[in-house]
Amino acid sequence: MAIEGADLVKAAAYLGAGIAMGLGAIGPGVGEGITAAKACEAIGHNPNEAGLLTRTMLVGQAVAESTGIYSLVIALLLLFVV
Amino acid sequence: MDMSPETIVAMAAYSGAGICIGFGAIGAAVGEGYTAAEANVAVSRNTEISGDIFKNMLVGQAVAESASIFALVVAILLLFMDFHGAPLIKAAALTGSGLCMGLGALGSGIGSGIPGGQACFGIARQPAAMNRLTTNMLIGSAVCQTPAIFSMVVALLLLFLDFSAMPFQPGWAALIGAGLSTGLASIGSGYGGGTVAGASCEGVARQPLSVGPVTTTMLVGQAVAQTPAIFGLLISFILIFRTVPATESLAPAMALFSAGLCTGLGGIGPGVGNGEAGGGAVRWVARNSAMAADLMRVMLVGQAVSQSTAIYAMVISLVLIFVM
Repeated sequence: MAIEGADLVKAAAYLGAGIAMGLGAIGPGVGEGITAAKACEAIGHNPNEAGLLTRTMLVGQAVAESTGIYSLVIALLLLFVV
Repeated sequence: MDMSPETIVAMAAYSGAGICIGFGAIGAAVGEGYTAAEANVAVSRNTEISGDIFKNMLVGQAVAESASIFALVVAILLLFMDFHGAPLIKAAALTGSGLCMGLGALGSGIGSGIPGGQACFGIARQPAAMNRLTTNMLIGSAVCQTPAIFSMVVALLLLFLDFSAMPFQPGWAALIGAGLSTGLASIGSGYGGGTVAGASCEGVARQPLSVGPVTTTMLVGQAVAQTPAIFGLLISFILIFRTVPATESLAPAMALFSAGLCTGLGGIGPGVGNGEAGGGAVRWVARNSAMAADLMRVMLVGQAVSQSTAIYAMVISLVLIFVM
């Protein structure tokens, strides 16, 4: 079985894409979950501010999401561009 | 040196068995240790009902143990399989099988221990609610076992299906990827389900009258926390049952392996995160049942956002399988 250089590079790019998105998905998932848990706690403490608290939760989660999106971008670049 | 396919299949089976029970033994032991630790605290708080706490501890530990028993069963099956005339591709299937069941038992074992411990502690605080606590513990820890059962399904498929029609390249990568996908994704879902169930036992002990809304919120939260494991299962099934054309090059094989790895790793975080969100909601439903609907809504929105990275990972896996 002859494996050429170009084939090897492509194989590594595919593996890299999987590792990038796979590992990159761990952090945001955990972080956003903790945010949601604390938002439930805060709304339990102060139900009148539910709207403000939900908004704060979503903005915080959006920021935590960013690293997941970086991983997605790198994975797509590895798959389709390089 | 004789390296016939049969020899390689036997090597894969034996190393797979070791990986399977090695990883599989971690989770249940940690979970049971947590249950026992909480039971000790509980007995020291309320010595008069130490017998009931002890019984509850053993029941909780028995459920947590089941994850590692699944791993033991798969390891024994791997050890005593008949490899006579097995094709080389079976080596990959057996490695995938061991990886899948071993990794898949990790999260469920740890997760099931959490409601066990919280129920023991709750009995010490609120002996009158003992029956409700034990029931909640059993429902919650049974749901925690689901990811381990998904892993066992995939492990048994990899063990017993006949893959002789599948070309070795890229088939080996698809089968190991299939094992990694469900096995890794189960870690987060199993642990996350445990966080929710633990919070529900804590909540029932705090406010026994809130048991109805607490159990409902727990079940919804746990169901959402199972989603990453279901994504993993889906990718495993695609990798196992899709016919792949034979190839000489490495890239198509690596795409299939990477697809399994991606959904598997990508499911860990969202599973844990969904569990945190569910636990937070359940804890506050117990304190303030009138808010159950609002808290469930916030929980579901938060879980949906936390789920997004698992969905990205699944999209990348589907692209790797169907486009590359």
